[in-house]
Amino acid sequence: MISNLINRKIFTLLKVQYSNMLEYRVEIALWAISGIIPFFMLNIWTNNNLNESINISETLLSRYFLCAFFVRQFSVVWVVFSFEEDSLMGKVSPYLIQPLNPFFRYFAQHLAEQITRFPFALIIAFFFFIFNPESIWIPNLGILLLSIVSTFLSFLIQFLIQSIVACLCFWTEKASSIERLLFIPTLFLSGLLAPVVSFPAYVKSWIYLTPFPYLIDFPANLLSGNETNISGGLIMQILWILILFPLFKKIWSQGTKKYTAMGS
Amino acid sequence: MNLRKYLKVYKKFLHTSLASELEYKTNILVDLITAILSLIGSIFLLSIFFQNTGYIGGWKFEQALIIQAIYTILNGITNTWFNPNLTEIVKHIREGTLDFVLLKPIDSQFFISLKKINPSGFLEIMLGFFLLLFCIRINQINLNLSFLTLCLITISCSICILYSLWFFISTTTIWFVKTWNAIEVLRSFLYIGRFPLSSFSFSLRIFFSVFIPIAFITTIPSEVFLGLSVFWKILLEIIVATIFLINSRKFWLFALKFYSSASS
Repeated sequence: MISNLINRKIFTLLKVQYSNMLEYRVEIALWAISGIIPFFMLNIWTNNNLNESINISETLLSRYFLCAFFVRQFSVVWVVFSFEEDSLMGKVSPYLIQPLNPFFRYFAQHLAEQITRFPFALIIAFFFFIFNPESIWIPNLGILLLSIVSTFLSFLIQFLIQSIVACLCFWTEKASSIERLLFIPTLFLSGLLAPVVSFPAYVKSWIYLTPFPYLIDFPANLLSGNETNISGGLIMQILWILILFPLFKKIWSQGTKKYTAMGS
Repeated sequence: MNLRKYLKVYKKFLHTSLASELEYKTNILVDLITAILSLIGSIFLLSIFFQNTGYIGGWKFEQALIIQAIYTILNGITNTWFNPNLTEIVKHIREGTLDFVLLKPIDSQFFISLKKINPSGFLEIMLGFFLLLFCIRINQINLNLSFLTLCLITISCSICILYSLWFFISTTTIWFVKTWNAIEVLRSFLYIGRFPLSSFSFSLRIFFSVFIPIAFITTIPSEVFLGLSVFWKILLEIIVATIFLINSRKFWLFALKFYSSASS
């Protein structure tokens, strides 16, 4: 049954969503551009020689921020916004009748968007290398594969967290404001704006227990060749997924009972 | 232009949109927490930058805090007025309801720029003001009338520039229909406004003062607060603000010629 699901349903969903996403190429290109904040941060770091104080060379730091950009590009999640709109418009009702959890639909949407986004991210990286030719490097295949896996796990964690928040739509109808609230710690603690190594000790002491550093800092360190605990990071990522997934299932099954079919 | 009529209409706008927004009271609370967290986050980021150096781009930590305060105020204004209204333009154009706006015996730019209000932004503005007062104390700034008028002038100019930038992008919706993500790009660029312009490299500094005048938005008012500002910079800001305002108006009128109503 599972293989059937993967073969037919997921494949069809992906195909549909990919052609859908291709319609919005310009939009996705713009979205890719809006992710360039890490480069501005890099500019502050290197322009003020702040990297010296945390013992990271300029090249490694620029690689770190480039990787942070990449990881962010492929772990952006917006399921709560789609789900909120669909639920307010009553579009969720037909999805609920289908023998497929509607979140698979959103999941396929995200994956398709990532595929569409890939060339734009490459173009931005290309420009980055033109301006910073000294930071060009080729990660070895094993590291590359591992970082792709960990980026995907980071995406999964964020997708699960946001799906849980999205399920709150069944109770409060405006769940996106909760997501915006959750986005703030994600922004500042995930390592998108500053590598977690640079954080003061009183934050570093507890931050590795939260999911945040595994969202961007860990995969970016892995890919850029900065020092990081590979097995520990992967285990923590999987652990968080194992915690979040049952939570999502529970809140989903309770939420669907609460569903009031708004707008239809 | 009948000023009295417009004031009266604006009062009605305030009334209706406040009434509808106050329906979601918990939402406002969540937004307040978001604003507080995001301020804490950016001060945290700033403290990381200043961990081992006393100056960034020639700014001390206490001085850089002023920029944060002004950014918070301006962000509050964006969230109160610009964001809810200008995202509405996208909706108007996509659904063809701009027709109804154009048919009203009232200026269309006035209508779509001020129709809605989001009260949670007020709290952010207040938050920014408190931080600003705190900064005035720790930087030992003497307040006097001419100083205050100067501050008021520069901040109003910043608001005008900010408004024009938002309005420019929203106006392009008439051609591109979906400009959601262009707004995201602008948002990410505006993020630069949290830091002193002089902390960036020369090329970025040029980019952010010539192409997208984000430099003018927060850095110049902060310099005024610190008494560092030079007369020509203030004059330049006034000129830039005027040019932006006039052009946003012209651009809107120009774009309206291309408006072909949708779905009606």
